[in-house]
Amino acid sequence: MAEINRRQLLAIGAGVSALAVLPSCSPSQSEQKPDEKKVEVFSWWSGPGEQEGLDALTANFKKNNPGVEFVNAAVAGGSGTQARSVLAARLQGNQPPDSYQLHAGLEAADDIKANRLEDITYLYEANGWKSKFPSGLIEKLSIGGKIYAVPVNIHRSNLMWFVPGKLQEWGITPAKTWAEVLTQATALAAKGVKALSVGAPWTQLHLLENVLLGELGTAKYNGLWDGKTDWKGADVVKALDTFKSLLAVSVVGTDDWQPTLDKVLGGQAAYHVMGDWAAGYLQGAKALKYKTGYDVTASPGTAGVYNFLADSFTLPKGAPHKVYAEAWLKECASVEGQDLFNPLKGSVPARLDADKSKYKDYLASALQDWQNQSTVVVGSLVHGVVANNAFKSEIEKAYGIFVQDKDSAKFAAAVSKAYTDTSK
Amino acid sequence: MRGIRKWGPGLLLVSPSLVALGLFVYFFIGWNAKVSLTESRGYVIDDRFVGLQQYKRLFADETFHNDVRNLAIFTVVFICGSLLFGLALALLMDKGVRGENALRSIYLFPMAISFIATGIVWRWLLNSDTGAGTTGLNDVLGLAGIHSDWHNAQSKWAVAAIALPAGWALSGYVMALFLAGLRGVPEELREAARVDGASETKVYWHVVRPLLLPVLMSALVILAHISLKTFDLIWAIAPLDPRTETPALLMYREAFRGGFYGRGAAIATILFFGISLLAVPYIWYTMRKERGR
Amino acid sequence: MSKTLRHLALFGAAVFFLMPVYVLVVTSLKSAGEVDVGNMWALPKSLSLETFAAVWPKLDKGMLNSLILAVPASLISSLLGAANGFVLAKWRFPGADIVFPVILFGMFIPYQAIIIPMFYVMSAIGMYGGLDGLILVHIIYGLPITTLIFRSYFSGLSDELIEAARVDGAGMLRTFVLIGLPLALPAFAVSMIWQFTSTWNDFLFGVILTLPEFSPVTVALNNIAGAQTVPFNQAMASAFLASVPTLIVYLLLGRFFMRGLMAGALKG
Repeated sequence: MAEINRRQLLAIGAGVSALAVLPSCSPSQSEQKPDEKKVEVFSWWSGPGEQEGLDALTANFKKNNPGVEFVNAAVAGGSGTQARSVLAARLQGNQPPDSYQLHAGLEAADDIKANRLEDITYLYEANGWKSKFPSGLIEKLSIGGKIYAVPVNIHRSNLMWFVPGKLQEWGITPAKTWAEVLTQATALAAKGVKALSVGAPWTQLHLLENVLLGELGTAKYNGLWDGKTDWKGADVVKALDTFKSLLAVSVVGTDDWQPTLDKVLGGQAAYHVMGDWAAGYLQGAKALKYKTGYDVTASPGTAGVYNFLADSFTLPKGAPHKVYAEAWLKECASVEGQDLFNPLKGSVPARLDADKSKYKDYLASALQDWQNQSTVVVGSLVHGVVANNAFKSEIEKAYGIFVQDKDSAKFAAAVSKAYTDTSK
Repeated sequence: MRGIRKWGPGLLLVSPSLVALGLFVYFFIGWNAKVSLTESRGYVIDDRFVGLQQYKRLFADETFHNDVRNLAIFTVVFICGSLLFGLALALLMDKGVRGENALRSIYLFPMAISFIATGIVWRWLLNSDTGAGTTGLNDVLGLAGIHSDWHNAQSKWAVAAIALPAGWALSGYVMALFLAGLRGVPEELREAARVDGASETKVYWHVVRPLLLPVLMSALVILAHISLKTFDLIWAIAPLDPRTETPALLMYREAFRGGFYGRGAAIATILFFGISLLAVPYIWYTMRKERGR
Repeated sequence: MSKTLRHLALFGAAVFFLMPVYVLVVTSLKSAGEVDVGNMWALPKSLSLETFAAVWPKLDKGMLNSLILAVPASLISSLLGAANGFVLAKWRFPGADIVFPVILFGMFIPYQAIIIPMFYVMSAIGMYGGLDGLILVHIIYGLPITTLIFRSYFSGLSDELIEAARVDGAGMLRTFVLIGLPLALPAFAVSMIWQFTSTWNDFLFGVILTLPEFSPVTVALNNIAGAQTVPFNQAMASAFLASVPTLIVYLLLGRFFMRGLMAGALKG
């Protein structure tokens, strides 16, 4: 008995080690199915607004491409992380969808490096899109001179939300600089009100990127992401210290952004820094009126700056229905498609020639800012524009330590090192 | 040859399961271990071996330390809490109570609910806002004047709060295991001790307790491996939050958010070894006990 | 301890277990504007089933898929587990003591770690996209626990019945089907319930291995609850609806679960 046991043990061991050599073999290639009239689009849009927007866009796609079946593959959660893991498995196993969602910008870098995305510059050239989108945006979309994605919408990250009536009651006007926020905080504290409301870690990072933008200015902010600004420099560390002081005068919760914004509505805090998707929530679920029930301004120190993020769609290599995937991308890039999608999603169209009359209230002013020639466009960190996945993930990790030990210089050094490590 | 005819069919019947598990468990673990010895990033499996680099870096990584610490706190609170609570419930029910079936169903049903659904509600219940914003569990605790603030945004012990929903989900199951164990103690044994003049407490300590030990062992192992693997629950309550992150979440984050496939694989391998450390002695103990029978 | 005190304590525990259900149901019944973390304990101002009606169309297909998935997955996994448990406890072969831990170990792997190789293998064998592949995966990963349940259970039975059949010249399969299986009904209750709920509640495998058309209900639930703008009343209503089938299973079969545990399934 004992002898057999030992032999079996050896056999199991040998089997495992033999199998472990296998992972380098390649799986079957995904099939091209040009005859099938179908397109599978992978996104993380399933919430209110975004789903309606996607539905409107698909309806129009079906009208323009009769007989083509549209498969909506949506996986929500973790601002795209959940979708990312599914996508990673599918791309790795060579079963790509026909098109998948990405935040425009460096979020695509890994996929390009892994040779998973088609260069779609040809679509831009054939359809004359290059002149239809702001050149600054095209620049941010390009990686190594090539374009890999079609932006559908533009969101703005650097916004500060407040209730005008409450500010009046407390005797303050919307702050123009972060120093002013800190001054106001003292006055507000006397009334039992905090200056800012912040929630879950990602909302804190969202605040951080806009504090950096406001304190450092656009040129230095851009430099943070391409190595031209030294993270360890005195000005960056000082901005991080400002952020720390801001956290100290904030009501720090652990919720996602809606309950965090609710605290501003409830008068526990004066401001909340959040992207413009908040407008849809305030006007929809909370039934508040723009300018009276709620109002918004550029976050301190960023007037005239548009810290953008954009959802975009791609063409993966080996997409089974390439023809219809291209048709889908054309739909996404069209004026018609963008004007159907964006009013519902609560964002502005990326195209310059969109129909302004379709955008009301907050969106009207946002569109005006976006199309204003003098507006400076910068990209968001939290929402995937300026850092590749690896760098962004390392920043998130370093931030996790930073909130605990509050050591600005150490955080700056960690991010600086992460930049060097991940840009290789 | 007569031996094979006797046990051959048995082996044959088990072999499909063995082959399937060989592929889906051992082959995948091997795959994973192999990736952990490389610098694989994104979707590209990098075939160049870097030895134990990933592990070395991991052991020096402050986030990993933080997450291991969180896991330790969570495991201790979750296991002790569920065991004590489950045992208490079982002891209270042992003597028979009115409406036992209904009570049992109530205690057991959380097991039926997915961690995603559990997380949705508990995320609210664990709200740590104070003052006018007080809500959730704190609102209820406030009635008794024991308002808690230890799981707020600054707390270093916040992860212990996750043990509450985890315990909510599983202590009913622990109760069922213990109750089954208690009911399995022959009444004659208890009666005999009582006749000898033992008090009810002594009966539990001397007669019932030794017989519950195997139940305790299986409950412990089941809870411990759930604790190491817990993922969806924490992800649903507080995703990407250093206060509550454990290595299982870090693995997912590194591999799928950052694209550090090799690093994620190293964490997974460590997790697997951690779990084995629990599983091996348990299996050994069960097998030895059986042979003694 | 007095009887009243005992009952009071047990009642208190029941309240603790039901508390989240209260929040879930109450929030589901509220309108979007009324939903607020701050007053989660408050009763809704007016009763309306609107939220349930709103989320049902997003869940119904997933519910059906989950049903088609969970029933065969739990049944087949339990049957295979019963066979394994029977052989490992009553019809042992040389090395059975090694085979058992080898099977049991499968329970302990962290699933996130193996999704990439699993996807790779599943798509290589053409099992990606539909429910068949997902059923297969759930059967396989269910084997360790079902084997454990049946092995513990069969170990507790006396050898006499099986020996008698053996002496009568019945083969292993015959003995298993005619004597082992009927005896194992209590263990089946435990194994089926366990497998049904864990298959039903799984999200990770479902989201990775199926195309949208075949996604289980947890994927739909996550799409409602995990979206960037979460309508909390809808999230809670969906969580409630998605849990109904497993709840029914527990309420109806809970006593068999208990009985199975008492009969020795899962005894250390």
